[in-house]
Amino acid sequence: MDSARKEWLLNAVMAGALFAVPLWALMANEPFIITLATRIAILAIAAVGLNIALGLGGMVSFGHALYLGLGGYVAGIAAHHAFNGTPVFAGLPGTNQMLIIWGVAMVVSGALAAIVGALSLRTSGIFFIMITLAFAQMGFFFTLSWPAYGGEDGLPIFVRNQFPGLNTARPWHLFVIAYGVLILALAAFALLRAARFGAALMAIRQNPDRAAAIGISPFGIRLVAFILSGMITGLAGAMMADLTRFVSPAMMAWTMSGELIVIIILGGVGRLFGPVAGAAILVGFEVFFGGLTEHWKLWLGLVLLGVVLFARGGLIGLIAGRGQHG
Amino acid sequence: MSALLELEGLQVFYGASQALFGVSLQVNEGQAVALMGRNGMGKSTTIATACRMLPLRAGRVRFAGQDISDWPSFRAARLGLGLVPEGRRCFPNLTVSENLIAAARPGPWDMARVQAFFPRLQERADQLAATLSGGEQQMLAIGRALMTNPRLLLLDEATEGLAPVIRQEIWAAITRLKGEGLSILLVDKTLSEILPFADQCVILERGAVAWQGSPQDFTRDVEDTYLSV
Repeated sequence: MDSARKEWLLNAVMAGALFAVPLWALMANEPFIITLATRIAILAIAAVGLNIALGLGGMVSFGHALYLGLGGYVAGIAAHHAFNGTPVFAGLPGTNQMLIIWGVAMVVSGALAAIVGALSLRTSGIFFIMITLAFAQMGFFFTLSWPAYGGEDGLPIFVRNQFPGLNTARPWHLFVIAYGVLILALAAFALLRAARFGAALMAIRQNPDRAAAIGISPFGIRLVAFILSGMITGLAGAMMADLTRFVSPAMMAWTMSGELIVIIILGGVGRLFGPVAGAAILVGFEVFFGGLTEHWKLWLGLVLLGVVLFARGGLIGLIAGRGQHG
Repeated sequence: MSALLELEGLQVFYGASQALFGVSLQVNEGQAVALMGRNGMGKSTTIATACRMLPLRAGRVRFAGQDISDWPSFRAARLGLGLVPEGRRCFPNLTVSENLIAAARPGPWDMARVQAFFPRLQERADQLAATLSGGEQQMLAIGRALMTNPRLLLLDEATEGLAPVIRQEIWAAITRLKGEGLSILLVDKTLSEILPFADQCVILERGAVAWQGSPQDFTRDVEDTYLSV
C-alpha cells in the first residue's frame, strides 16, 4: 500500500474512532469520556488552524494561544452580558447563541491576526517566533489586568451557550457539535491545501524568492494564511470556553501556544489529521499519566523528544510513511 | 515591432563588486533574443535583474510599456515576465501538479494545455519534483513559467547538463513556443542551436554588451573574440 493510501486509511480510522468512542461512552453512560473526546476535537480544531500557518506555510507562530484566548473571551463576554441582560457596549446586547458567537470570534481573531501578521511577517525565523510570542503575552497580561471580566480569576459561563436544535448541556450533543466543526475545519484545510493558494503557500515555505519569481506574493499569501489560521483557532477558543464554561488568561498563556505546537509535532506537521492525532495523544497523556503522577509532562516531553529525533513526521508519519510534502 | 522588454544602462552590484556595467538591450514582441558570453560575464545577472530579482544601482527596466525598475519580482512576473531559472529550481517537495498550480495565472496556458505540451508532466503529475530526472525537471520549470501566462519567456541555460536527446526535446519545445509567437530571451552556450533559433544575438563581456547583431552577422571572428575560451 502506498503512503498516500495508508494515510487516507489512517485518517478514516481516526475519524471513525473519535466518533465511535464517545458513542460507546454514551451507551455505557460514561459522560467523562464524551467530554474528553470533545476536548480532543476542540484542541484539534485549534491545531488545524495553526497547521495552516505552521504546517503549510512554515510560519512557526509561538503565539496562537492569543486567538484561542480571544475566541474564549468573545464567548465568555457575550454569555456574561446575555446572562446579566447588560449591553456589551453602546447598546450592543450579549448573546448566548453559539453560531453568532463563533462568527464574532472568527472575525475578531481574524482582525487581530491581520495586525499581528502584518507586523510579524516582515521578519522570519527566530524573530517571527519572538514577535508572535510577544503579541500573545500582551494579550495575556491585558486580560490578567482586566477587572471587568474577572482579571486573573477569569470569567465563568454560568449557562452554556445555545446551538439550534441541540441541547448543549448534554455532553453528547456538545460533542456532536465539536465533531461536526472539526470535520468542517479539516475539509477546509484539505481544500485549501489542494487549491492554488495551498500550493503557493507551500512553495513560499520551500523558497520565497523562487515563489516570487513565478508571480506569488510571499507576504500577501502568508498574511492571508495567517489570518485564516487565527480565525480557526479563535473559533476553537470560543468552543473551548463553552466546554469548560470558563475563560481565563491561562488560555492565552505561552504554554498554551506551546501545547498547540506540540500537538502538531506529535501528530505530524502539515498532515491533514496531524492535529487530531496530536490532540488525542496530548489529552490521552494528560488523563492516563496525569492520574498516575503529577509529573506527566515529563513523560510527554520524552515522547516529544522521541518524535523529534526519530519520527519527524509525527504519529501519522510513523504509521503512514513520509508525507508528500515532508 | 514594438519593444516588449527594454533594459537601459543596468548597473548591478553583488555587495561591493559590480556585476553589470551599464547593460542595455531590447526584446521586441514576438522576437527571440539570445544572450551569450563566457562564464561570469553577467548573463544570469542580466536575466535576474530583468525579472526584478536583483536591486538596480543605476539604469531602468521597462516591460510592456511600464517602468518596473522599482517593482518586486512577483509583480514583474504577474506583468508577464516568465522566468525559467538556471538549474531548474523547481519546488522539490511539491508534486509536479502542485508546482504548476502554484504558478497558475489566468490566460490561455492552463494545466491541461501545459500537460498537453509536455505529456511527461501529466504522467508524473503526482510525483514529487525532487524525484524527476533533469530533463523532466526542465520541462516542469518551463511548464511552471508557462502557467504564469508570460508575455516574455526568460530561459537561463535551459539545456545545460542534459543528455543530447533531452536537449533536442527542450529545443523543439522552445522552438514551438517561438512559433506560437511567444517572445523569448534566452541564455545558452551552444552556437549550433542558438544561431538557427534566435532573431537577435547579444554578447556580454565583463558585465557590458560587447556585440549585438543578427545571427547572419555572427562571424567566426566574433566567436573567436568573445566566446572562445
